[in-house]
Parts: sequence; C-alpha cells; structure tokens
Amino acid sequence: MNDMRPVERIVDTDKPKIAARGCQVYYGENHAIKDVDVDIEDKAVTAFIGPSGCGKSTFLRCLNRMNDTIDVCRVEGDIRIDDEDIYDRKVDPVQLRAKVGMVFQKPNPFPKSIYDNVAYGPRIHGLAKDKAELDEIVERSLRRGAIWDEVKDRLTAPGTGLSGGQQQRLCIARAVATEPEVLLMDEPCSALDPIATEQVENLIDELRQNYSVVIVTHSMQQAARVSQKTAFFHLGNLVEYGETGQIFNNPKDPRTESYITGRIG
Amino acid sequence: MQDPHISAAFDRDLEAIQAMIMKMGGMVEAAIVEAADSLERRDMEMAGRVRLNDKAIDELEEQVNEEVARLLALRSPVASDLRTVLSVMKISGNLERVGDYAKNIAKRTAVLIDLPQVDGATSAIRRMARAVEAMLKDALDAYIQRDADLAEDVRNRDVEVDQMYNALFREFLTHMMEDPRNITSCMHLHFIAKNIERMGDHVTSVSEQVIYLVTGEAPDDERPKGDSTAYEKLEIQ
Ligand SMILES: Nc1ncnc2c1ncn2[C@@H]1O[C@H](COP(=O)(O)OP(=O)(O)O)[C@@H](O)[C@H]1O
Ligand SMILES: [Mg+2]
Repeated sequence: MNDMRPVERIVDTDKPKIAARGCQVYYGENHAIKDVDVDIEDKAVTAFIGPSGCGKSTFLRCLNRMNDTIDVCRVEGDIRIDDEDIYDRKVDPVQLRAKVGMVFQKPNPFPKSIYDNVAYGPRIHGLAKDKAELDEIVERSLRRGAIWDEVKDRLTAPGTGLSGGQQQRLCIARAVATEPEVLLMDEPCSALDPIATEQVENLIDELRQNYSVVIVTHSMQQAARVSQKTAFFHLGNLVEYGETGQIFNNPKDPRTESYITGRIG
Repeated sequence: MQDPHISAAFDRDLEAIQAMIMKMGGMVEAAIVEAADSLERRDMEMAGRVRLNDKAIDELEEQVNEEVARLLALRSPVASDLRTVLSVMKISGNLERVGDYAKNIAKRTAVLIDLPQVDGATSAIRRMARAVEAMLKDALDAYIQRDADLAEDVRNRDVEVDQMYNALFREFLTHMMEDPRNITSCMHLHFIAKNIERMGDHVTSVSEQVIYLVTGEAPDDERPKGDSTAYEKLEIQ
C-alpha cells in the first residue's frame, strides 16, 4: 500500500471493516451527504479531509449512529460493519457505540476521577466481573491511551484536571476501554498544542495495530502522516478515495488537487 | 494554467524558483555553444568567458537550493506543487553539471590551441554541441509549457548525440593509429566529445523531470541508447 512513510507500506487488505453503499444524509431539506460509497479497512487509519461543512463529521457520525440523536437528521443507504447492517432494527445503538468508539475535537472527560472516566463504559456494559478485573481493564486502557505512566499515581484525581493533551489521551483510553473494533476521531488534535498533537498522532499509529481508525482532520500534514487511506469530501460528495500516498502525490481529481495544494478552486 | 493559491506569496515563490531555472538554462545554453565555438575558432578569450560564467551558474544553483529548502520548510508542498519544487531542484543540478562540462571543454581548448589540428574534428564537435544545445532549448520550453510530448521528443533525440559520439570515437582511434603525434590532441578531443555526450544525458534527465512533473509518473526506461563504445575493440594489424 502506498503509505506516505516508506517503512509502513505493507498493510493487509482483505475484507473491509466498514462498507457504506448509497449513503445519503439529510438535515431537513439540507442534503448533507450525497450517495457515498466507501469501504474502510480494518487495522488501518483512514483520514477524511475536505473543507469545513463538506460533511466529514456527518458521515463519521453515520458509522456509529450518532446521527440518530439529531432530530432533523435522516440517514439512508446501507452501512455495514463486518457485513452486518448497523441500521437494522435488531441493532442496539448503545451496544453499537461500544463497538464503534468515538473521540471528539474537544477533550470531554466526565467530571469524575481518572479511574472512573475509564471504568464507566466497562461498568455499564458489564465487562468486568469484579474490582480486580475492572482495575485490569482500566490499566490496560490507560496504557493503550499512552497515558498510564503519567496518571498511575493519581487515578483518583479528577480527569478534568489534566492538560489538554492528557485529557484527549484519557478520552482515547476511555473509548478503547469497551473493547471497540472501530475508533472514530473527529479532529482529535485541533484543540492541542504541537507536542500533545505529536503524542496523539503516535498513539493513533499504535492503535492501528488493533483497530480500524477513522480520523477527520483539517491538517493535510496530519492526514499524510497518520493515515493509509484518505477520503476527500466536497459539498457532501466523496470526490476521491485512495491510498494516502496517491492522494497527496498525484490526486486524480482537480478538486482534490486544488484543496490539498491550497488553491482557490 | 492552475488556479492561484490562497497564499499569493506561495505563487510568487514558485514562479521565482522557476524563473531562476530559466535564467540558469539560458546561461548553460550559451556556455555549450561558446565552448564549442571557442574550440573551433581557437578563441582563447571566449573560452575564458565560458570558464568565468560557470561560476555564475554554480552560484545560481546554490540560490535555487536555498530557495527550495525554504519553500519546503515554509509550505510543505504536496501533489503538483511538490513535483514542481522537486523538479526545480533536480533540473538545476542537471544544468549545473552541463555547465561544468562546458567549462571542462573550455579548459581543454586552452591546451589544444598549441597542438596540431585534427582534420574536421572541431567542426564535428561543434555540430554535436549544437544538437545538445537544441535539445536543452526544447527541454526548457517543454518545462515552461508543461509539454510532456515535447519532452518525450527530446528524450528520444539523445540517441543521435550518442551516435555522433560513436562516430567521433572511431575517427579519433583511427587518427591515433595512423600517427602517434595525434595522440595528445585526440585524447583531449575525445574527452570533449565524451563531455558533450554526457551533457546530452543530463538534458535527457531534464526532459524526464518534465514528464514526471506533468504526468506525476517517471517515464519508463525504454529509451533508445546509442553509445556502443563500451564494446569497441581496437584492431591492430
Ligand atoms: N446538527 C446539525 N443540524 C443541522 N445541520 C447540520 C448539523 N450538523 C451539520 N449540519 C450541516 O451539514 C453539513 C455538513 O456539516 P459537517 O458534517 O459538520 O461538515 P464538516 O465536518 O465537514 O465540517 C453542513 O451544511 C452543516 O451545516
Ligand atoms: Mg466537522
């Protein structure tokens, strides 16, 4: 695969983790996502890029049915995770969101201790049979969030007392605590300073080992650094989707070229 | 033409480095012609000028490299912008090498002036130099016009230069066998011919950069090659 980084080019590409076909999203009259087809790979990072308002967040929210919570929002089409229709009536959206975790632009820890922030999901989903097992899940999740060493001595301190970058990694730890298979991230670094951004980017790269990661980003450089696949959205259309190296070195569509090179298209 | 960038300064910088390439290209074209002319006319003054001008070409290359580094750091260009910046860097390197060969020819001219003439050699060398200069002119035109077809045409013309070199190589061998007093001149003339043949290779590389710039892909390796002197044997009766 044509990753931007020479040593990272080998990713296995069998069945897609997520497959969307003919996806349409309307907010009342506003047709926000227009007939999007896309296959998203497992164990890979997929970046969604495009100008503000093009529908990146909207499409991302389709993948864990977060749009269900918006009254005016209507989603059509077929979206499958592991070949299972996630909009099927049998599917419980709460269970789905445990399987498809989400991290937002602004870190949003609960006003609780660091420990409870991470333990919350496993508790409500009954993932631990006793305290010892819960402790284990909390530690493993904080380690996956690359923040364990920084917080292990103050697990009872409030999550909101951490720095912005630490809060974001805590939110990632919280998202992985329910053993999700897909991680959705909506501009996870845009509220962070460069060092915290770099830490989160490194973390995203590690998460790729275990998850299918989809990240919305405004930073072209970030998309090029962390992703293997890139999707360019424009006015609700998926204009171009391909290997990140191809999108950034030699995009096929002039709209993609204009956007990534910073031209007035 | 592409749409302008949101940052007008980026457009200006990209234009500026390409203008530097064109300036360098003009100087190198002149160097090729003057190096060959000064040899044929035994014009020491012109040969001296070629050597002097090479310093200016080298300085221009340094400037291009600095500008390229600055642009990469400030703008992190991608896609066609990245290809433009990379092609500028490579082309300036090729042009600088061609300039060096011209200077080398001018140095040998200073030696050859005091040696016996070899019939027809300098006019044949001048024809070869003209062919390379015409290739360079077309390669630079192809660059400015983003004309991959013209660049491909230039690429295919390198074989003619190779053939001219082959012919000269054999001629010099014959002269040296006929009369050992020709050896010093012919050795110098042979290096000059070889220098021009190498110039052709660098011009070919410039045209390959144009193809990469326009299409996003390096051209395939299937290009006619005409230099067979590596397999040439000296037959002594
Ligand atoms: N909750 C909402 N209610 C109504 N319209 C929305 C809502 N969220 C997004 N939109 C509209 O949908 C379109 C796409 O927005 P969004 O998905 O947020 O774009 P992006 O994430 O690419 O900036 C925009 O026209 C926006 O105004
Ligand atoms: Mg958004």
